[in-house]
Amino acid sequence: MGKSVEAKDLNIYYGSFLAVEGVNMTIKPKTVTALIGPSGCGKSTFLRSINRMHENIPGARVEGRLELDGQDLYGANVDPVGVRRQIGMVFQRPNPFPTMSIYDNVIAGMKLNNKKASKSELDDTVERSLRGANLWNEVKDRLEKPGSGLSGGQQQRLCIARAIAVRPDVLLMDEPCSALDPISTLAIEDLINELKNDYTIVIVTHNMQQAARVSDFTGFFNIEGTGKPGKLVELDETKTIFSQPKQKATEDYVSGRFG
Amino acid sequence: MTTTEVKSEQKAAKPVTQLGDRIFAGSAKGAGIAILVVLAGVASFLLIEAFPAVTAPESELPGGLVAYVGPLIFGTLLGAVIALVVATPAAVAVALFISHYAPRRLSQGLSYIVDLLAAVPSIVYGLWGAWTLAPLSVPLSNWLTDNLGWIPLFAGPASTTGRTMMVVGLVLAVMILPIITAVAREVFLQTPSLHEEAALALGATRWEMIRMAVLPFGRSGIISGAMLGLGRALGETMAVAMILSVSGAVTFNLISSENPGTIAANIALQFPEASGITVNVLIASGLVLFVITLLVNMLARYIVERRRDFSGAN
Ligand SMILES: Nc1ncnc2c1ncn2[C@@H]1O[C@H](COP(=O)(O)OP(=O)(O)OP(=O)(O)O)[C@@H](O)[C@H]1O
Ligand SMILES: [Mg+2]
Repeated sequence: MGKSVEAKDLNIYYGSFLAVEGVNMTIKPKTVTALIGPSGCGKSTFLRSINRMHENIPGARVEGRLELDGQDLYGANVDPVGVRRQIGMVFQRPNPFPTMSIYDNVIAGMKLNNKKASKSELDDTVERSLRGANLWNEVKDRLEKPGSGLSGGQQQRLCIARAIAVRPDVLLMDEPCSALDPISTLAIEDLINELKNDYTIVIVTHNMQQAARVSDFTGFFNIEGTGKPGKLVELDETKTIFSQPKQKATEDYVSGRFG
Repeated sequence: MTTTEVKSEQKAAKPVTQLGDRIFAGSAKGAGIAILVVLAGVASFLLIEAFPAVTAPESELPGGLVAYVGPLIFGTLLGAVIALVVATPAAVAVALFISHYAPRRLSQGLSYIVDLLAAVPSIVYGLWGAWTLAPLSVPLSNWLTDNLGWIPLFAGPASTTGRTMMVVGLVLAVMILPIITAVAREVFLQTPSLHEEAALALGATRWEMIRMAVLPFGRSGIISGAMLGLGRALGETMAVAMILSVSGAVTFNLISSENPGTIAANIALQFPEASGITVNVLIASGLVLFVITLLVNMLARYIVERRRDFSGAN
């Protein structure tokens, strides 16, 4: 658990539209990396290319290399389904399966990997994952109820539990708190701090304070104008990015002087 | 005295509404009432006209009403159930192919063809069933009874004309396929991409994604589609009347020449020459069909309702 991710000259396309250009980035294992930048600069696009969700959109494709601990994720005989089992994802809007109970939501990914898991194994996984997501105490008495009956913050933590139930190597989060209230947001930030003991985490956020609070490294993406590709301007330790970034554009953005 | 005055004043102060809203609300209410009135009219017509058949003495109606209608009910249900069992999986598969597998161009063409199937008049299906499918089914029936004869459904002896319950079931299946497919396709297309992505991001294959996100979401749609189809199969008249060779036997043997009739087809065949009490008997059988269809719809609603908590509607 907790592998490194490395992008080398990564270009990401929607059909003929180059959305993200020339990303070179190394993400160290068991760290939290925050991706920040203005809307439309390609943060989500980049994030979704890491677990090969990007190619589900018709015409979408990727050029360049993306490695998980040195292993090429876009190699000729790499199954995207296998990649997604190693790299978990949490979305902007909580999306538990509405037709499944809380219990079944947590083990949904595990059922795909390991069809013959025993009842006690499943019970253990559910408890471990829900504890891991700081949700166990709130739901342990109603595991058979539908997941859609929880509050937004609880649903998001359920989605995190679902993602970590399969013990992925990397956890991707695309603005996981943007639909949540401040209390739930804090709960999830605390959770991210705990999760980085086991997982490599990449989180997209628009909230500068959040990036400063939760991340070890911060990457700043920028875009020169509409129709132009987004680029990674700078990636460094979070405190460096927020105190003395090397690029003028980064400084303008983090200090709020962005056009 | 004062309190009543206050009350009447409150009543008089109606909430402000726009004229357009009032017209719309009024016409919607009117349409709703009209449907109820028509339904009540049909039901009371059936009840009144069927009554003499229920009370008819043994001498006028040999064997009584139950002996007459019983085999027809059985035949109606048997044909419709065969159709449903054959058509539902096929319709779900076609709908899934259209919504989640086929490239855009192909799926549009395919939807169009399926919708076209729904526009074919049932008399054409009847002709096709009687002239083409029935003779074609004879070798199949022979093979079934030779090899799978131990299953009561295929006990045989196989009919030499092919005008069997199996052919009726298959023709009805083709007839109800488009409606089930259309309804299923629409709900499958509405699956929130949020949930599809959730499944894919967990490492689900396309088929696993369909099982985790699309089918559970589309469940109520599949059921409603199937019930619409069942309603059509139960009431189908011409196609059955043209294909089936009826002996009145009550049997699960689908491929022999001994077949129960169906209520709708029986009415169509007998009504022109019916008189006196026979007319009332036919109307009574129509009443039974009415009740069966009603029950089917209520059952469907119950099934859809029962898992509302999990339906994702919230
Ligand atoms: N499905 C798509 N098809 C075509 N172009 C897309 C698609 N999704 C995103 N894009 C384009 O790719 C570029 C990057 O979008 P992306 O969603 O990655 O930005 P983002 O940085 O995540 O923005 P935000 O902060 O608003 O979420 C944008 O120009 C966007 O219009
Ligand atoms: Mg985004």
